[in-house]
Amino acid sequence: MRFMVLVKANKDSEAGVLPDAKILTAMGKFNEELVKAGVMLAGEGLHASSKGARVKFSGGKKTVIDGPFAETKELVAGFWLWQVKSREEAIEWLKRAPFEDTEVEIRQVFETADFAPSDPTGEIRKSEQKLRETVESRKR
Amino acid sequence: MAAAGAHREIEAVFRIESARLIAGLVRMVRDVGLAEELAQDALVVALERWPESGVPDNPGAWLMATAKHLAIDELRRKRRLERKHEEVGREMDRSDEPDLAAAIDDDVGDDLLRLVLISCHPILSTEARVALTLRLLGGLTTVEIARAFLVPEPTIAQRIVRAKRTLAEKRVPFEVPRGAELAARLSSVLEVIYLVFNEGYSATAGDDWMRPALCEDALRLGRILAELVPEEPEVHGLVALMEIQASRSAARLGPSGEPILLLEQNRARWDQILIRRGLAALERAEALGGAQGPYALQAAIAACHARARTAAETDWARIAALYQTLAEVLPSPVVELNRAVAVAMASGPAAGLELADALTSEPSLEGYHLLPSVRGDLLAKLGRHHEARKEFERAASLTRNERERKLLLDRAAACAR
Repeated sequence: MRFMVLVKANKDSEAGVLPDAKILTAMGKFNEELVKAGVMLAGEGLHASSKGARVKFSGGKKTVIDGPFAETKELVAGFWLWQVKSREEAIEWLKRAPFEDTEVEIRQVFETADFAPSDPTGEIRKSEQKLRETVESRKR
Repeated sequence: MAAAGAHREIEAVFRIESARLIAGLVRMVRDVGLAEELAQDALVVALERWPESGVPDNPGAWLMATAKHLAIDELRRKRRLERKHEEVGREMDRSDEPDLAAAIDDDVGDDLLRLVLISCHPILSTEARVALTLRLLGGLTTVEIARAFLVPEPTIAQRIVRAKRTLAEKRVPFEVPRGAELAARLSSVLEVIYLVFNEGYSATAGDDWMRPALCEDALRLGRILAELVPEEPEVHGLVALMEIQASRSAARLGPSGEPILLLEQNRARWDQILIRRGLAALERAEALGGAQGPYALQAAIAACHARARTAAETDWARIAALYQTLAEVLPSPVVELNRAVAVAMASGPAAGLELADALTSEPSLEGYHLLPSVRGDLLAKLGRHHEARKEFERAASLTRNERERKLLLDRAAACAR
């Protein structure tokens, strides 16, 4: 299963201040571990929200709001996409990340198999198959 | 910490650490079976202590130190036993104990590579290699492996026990080979990984989820291996092939689990992250001079499809050329048949049919339903409906897949109209 790991913004990331060399090295090492373990699918850091924008949808009306945005703690400053065996494994990996004072969120990514619960008994699939067969038999 | 939660947490830690742990222990004790037992024993100790003490800051090092102590205890016990049996107060060779301590600080990468090579040793049957690799490197339990391969659990357990015994009895050397020998040994590893991948890939929608999960296990093993031997082009070739094939998983089965052919798939459902990873891995293989490797060539063919935004944009001439090279590197009638399809797409059905016709006398394709299926398709495109119908019917009689049989009979019926 896949998890998206959302790293939140802080004053520095919003001010466009890059992390110091020590943190960058530690993060580089952590990323390397993730790659070596076959866990890392993707990961990127994001520029400050001042370089971003929001598009607000309201009753069909679209309004563009330019960054920066105030609520720093709610902003995303970077993300990883991980391939792991379980939610617990994702948590274990995250615990190894070299962060000091922050909160990082893990969210499971939807995959094809996750849509099966919307048709748990296979009824929808079965009725579709039946329909197909009827159509086929009429063709003959 | 609730007990069940703590248990799951410790198991997750163990899953992350177990391959490295076993790999380090194998170097120390030179016995795969004993190494795995020691790792399991260390897990038992962790399950006893961590719920109270909490998971240590460096759980990997903790597990390794614990397993190492258990190993030394085991070694001492064995020696005491030997002495008792022989009733000779032979001097214990204490000198290798400090070695044991030093040994575990060595390069982890080499340990893992050693474990991979041993698990896929040519001395073992393919089935044994698969089971042992998934167990020791994939961290799967025997129950999980059994479910994924649709065999009873005792069968898998026995396979693993026998494999370990064979490795011990035949005194398989534990040194990591270099150069040409390494490449030769790696090809056995690649074969095992691709086999696991295909086992998962061929699973259908109704199957137990453990089967499709094999694709992820294989991909993960491939990605790990690519970092262990970054200079080996074919490893990147295989990873590229698996990434690109896996990118289509969401698009390749219809709502009732029926297969959807590549050219009819909804390309919007292809996983662009996996495609990007696949193309990057292929570039790595090619940059290392591995463009002519069998896996890299198959990946290059898959990449042609991945790059085409619509089926009509597919570069069939390049695919046909790649199949030609593949046929030279890895001569096989099945590759030749694929080439016939590509040539038909690039240069018209007549050119493709000529190649396919040449395969009709090939004994190894006698019961292969795709040959008459391809010929039927090409004959139909050339307007030779009577011959096409016969080919489709023949193909239908050869396939073991019900859905495919129905599809082929439908096409045969269409030719009659």
